[in-house]
Amino acid sequence: MGKVAEPSLEKFSLLTTTLNDAIGWARKYSIFQYPFVTACCGMEYMSTACAHYDVDRFGAGFPRFSPRQSDVLFVVGTISHKMAPVLKKIYDQMCDPKWVVAFGVCTCTGGFYDNYATVMGIDTIIPVDVYIPGCPPRPENVLDGLMKLQDKIQAQKQEI
Amino acid sequence: MVIEAFVNHGEATVVVKKENVLVFAQGLKKDPALDFDMLIDLFGVDYLHWEDKADRFEVVYHLYSSRANHRLFIKVSVPESDAAVDTVTGVWPAADWYEREVWDMFGIVFRGHPNLKRILMYEEFRGHPLRKDYAYNQRQPLIGPRN
Ligand code: SF4
Repeated sequence: MGKVAEPSLEKFSLLTTTLNDAIGWARKYSIFQYPFVTACCGMEYMSTACAHYDVDRFGAGFPRFSPRQSDVLFVVGTISHKMAPVLKKIYDQMCDPKWVVAFGVCTCTGGFYDNYATVMGIDTIIPVDVYIPGCPPRPENVLDGLMKLQDKIQAQKQEI
Repeated sequence: MVIEAFVNHGEATVVVKKENVLVFAQGLKKDPALDFDMLIDLFGVDYLHWEDKADRFEVVYHLYSSRANHRLFIKVSVPESDAAVDTVTGVWPAADWYEREVWDMFGIVFRGHPNLKRILMYEEFRGHPLRKDYAYNQRQPLIGPRN
C-alpha cells in the first residue's frame, strides 16, 4: 500500500486566517450573554445593560435567559456553596464556543466574604476568561472588561 | 437544679444543670405565676478560648410570657465530651428549627428532637461552621477538590 499524501493546506493559509478573523469578528460583535445574577452587582449590571451605558453598542445587548442559547456567562454577584452546583450546571449546559466573565470581586476571589458559606472565586468551579474587579465595578469598568473579552475572542483560534 | 441566678443588664438569667433543662422548662411553662408561653430565641455559644469557662459550649434559651409580660434567660453549659441536651420541642414547638440550627452550626445534639438534621448547610457539609476551631475557608464537598 502506498503512503497517502497529506493534502497541503499551506496554499490555503491566507484563506484560513482570513476566515478565522472573519468568524472572530462576527462572534465578538454578536455576544449573547447569560446574566447569572445573584446579588448586589446586579444593579450595576442593569445599569450597564440599559440605555445610559448601552452595552448594545458592543453587540452584547441581547440577554438570553437560556444557557443553551448564549455565548457568554456573566456571573454577577456572590456565589455561595449551595449555589455552586447550579452555576456549574448552567456552565455545562452552554454550547461551545463559550466564555465566562467574573463580574465583581465576589466572583473573582470571594471579595470581603471570608467565611464558610461563600465560594472563594468562581474559578474554583468553572474556567473564567475575564475578571472585572470592583465592588461593584463601575459600568465603565464593565465595558472595559467586555472590550477585553472581545479582543480575546478576536485573537483566539475559532473552533467551528 | 439551678446553679446560679442573677440579673444581667436588667435581664433575669438562670443557669441550669444540663440534665434538668427539660423538667425546668416544663415547670416554667406550666406554673401559672411564671407562665412562660413563648420561646423567643434559642442559640448556642462556643467559648473555646475562654479560660474562665469550665465547659466549651453553652445553650441559651430566651423566654417570654405574653400574659405576664416578663422575660427570662436560661443558660445551660454543655461540655465538648458530651455535647447533647434534651430537646424542648415538646414544651415549645418553636424550638424545632432553633435546635436544628444549633445542631448545624455547633454540632450540639438535642436528644429526642423529632427531625434533627441540618437547616442551613447541606447534608454532605463536613464540620460545624460556627465552632471556633472550624477552618472557615476549607474546601467542602459541593465545591470540588481544588485548593
Ligand atoms: S462584589 Fe460587591 S457589589 Fe458585587 S455582589 Fe459582591 S458584595 Fe455585591
